[in-house]
Amino acid sequence: MEEQKHITNEEPVISIKGLYKSFDELEILKDISLEVFRGENMVVLGRSGAGKSVLIKILVGLITPDKGIVKVFGQQVNKLSPKDLNTLRLRMGFSFQSSALYDSMNVRQNLEFPLTMNVKNLSRQEINNKVEEVLHAVGLIEKINEMPSDLSGGQRKRIGIARTLILNPEIMLYDEPTSGLDPTTSQEINTLINEVQKKYNTTSIIITHDLTCAKKTGDRIAMLSNGKFVKIGNFEEVFNPDKYQEDDKQIKSFFNYNFIQ
Amino acid sequence: MINSIPRKYLFSKGVDQYFTEVYLAYKFVVRFFKEASRPPFHLREIINQCFEIGVKSLPLITLTGFIIGIVFTQQSRPSLSEFGATSWLPSLVSIAIVRALGALVTALICAGKVGSSIGAELGSMKVTEQIEAMEVSAINPFKYLVVTRVIATTITIPVLGLCCGFVALLGSYLNVHSFESTSIVSFFNNGFSTITFIDIFSSLFKSLAYGFTIGIVGCYKGYHAVKGTRGVGRAANQAVVLAMFLIFIEEVVIVQMANWIRYY
Repeated sequence: MEEQKHITNEEPVISIKGLYKSFDELEILKDISLEVFRGENMVVLGRSGAGKSVLIKILVGLITPDKGIVKVFGQQVNKLSPKDLNTLRLRMGFSFQSSALYDSMNVRQNLEFPLTMNVKNLSRQEINNKVEEVLHAVGLIEKINEMPSDLSGGQRKRIGIARTLILNPEIMLYDEPTSGLDPTTSQEINTLINEVQKKYNTTSIIITHDLTCAKKTGDRIAMLSNGKFVKIGNFEEVFNPDKYQEDDKQIKSFFNYNFIQ
Repeated sequence: MINSIPRKYLFSKGVDQYFTEVYLAYKFVVRFFKEASRPPFHLREIINQCFEIGVKSLPLITLTGFIIGIVFTQQSRPSLSEFGATSWLPSLVSIAIVRALGALVTALICAGKVGSSIGAELGSMKVTEQIEAMEVSAINPFKYLVVTRVIATTITIPVLGLCCGFVALLGSYLNVHSFESTSIVSFFNNGFSTITFIDIFSSLFKSLAYGFTIGIVGCYKGYHAVKGTRGVGRAANQAVVLAMFLIFIEEVVIVQMANWIRYY
């Protein structure tokens, strides 16, 4: 594996070493190692079923790894008590592939819910201000009283991102942010991811199989294939066909497949 | 947390799955009591669920209770009139409704209406990752979704049972009044003369047990729904079937216990 080292003296915000995860007989992740630094947009690129979503669910403690060390802000995620894990989760925002909006609540209630459950003694005015601020950030203030079922796919993704922003996370985890969206809406989401990174100074991990999304949003790209990172670097380094070796068949096939598409 | 299923079977696939299910259900119940005893208590959500479960089920429960009162009285009359004992109708109906029918009918209706609704709601939240979304927002979904719903069913189903029993007696009175011109005071005096404290207490205890069962089974099935719309359907269906099965078992056990207390 050719790994492009991030030249910095800084401690990584996210550090993964020797991570393994399997479900029954199926090995999903095999000896995964990755470091993500503050303010960086790291794209994890791979085909469907490559284990990308499993990787970020391990980062937030939704799935326990079989082996390996996963540290976020220097804390080993699978060793934390439930209370400490929740404290850590408050510093991380997770945007789900399906948006996972609470369908019994309207947009305002969806945004208020994590805020009122985690931050005590907020006045009504403070809650309203915060909700309106994040809705302005994702450009959907006019949808404040709509139900999730009345929103389009792209709008749901934006509201999902707004819901994570309301707790001012330091890390944003995006699970397939552009999947199921048309090219124009995908482009809007890519722009939003970059805007969020600039405005809120977040560190992001973007899980995707969309090369355009990877190119537009990623500072670095980690290519996941057969449960391993086969290449890590910036877009040009990862997708330079001249650099391919004969054994880089996985990258070649992914590259060809995406560009033919 | 997602847990891997053991790969090697101790007995056979079916037997292992059965015991795994029993163990998971046991852990779920234990977790309920642990979580319910610790703050925060989400009182607003409990009240909201009481409204959803209680108030919205009230029309169906009262209508069913009223019809049961009329039909039960109507069907009992010919047998009693053969012996010239129609004056026993109020006490017969009261005993049947207070001891068994009020609580049981309410529980069975709620198992269908409330149990399936809880199973489907939580199941759909599970498969659309809404429960995981709560977890990553540092909200305890078990406490917010399960504990509140189980407490709400445990509180509201005894109240609904009481309403059902009262309306059933009212229906019975109307039937008796239309045939025997009995006054309401006489009907209730006659009816309650045979009712003891143990009858009322056992009925209330049964309702509490039914309420808890409906809530915990609905939540358990919904919370453990497998992916896909089929999983949601199965969760709702199993919530009803299992709750009804357990309600009948509880009915038998509690009746035996009440009888034992009554006669010893």
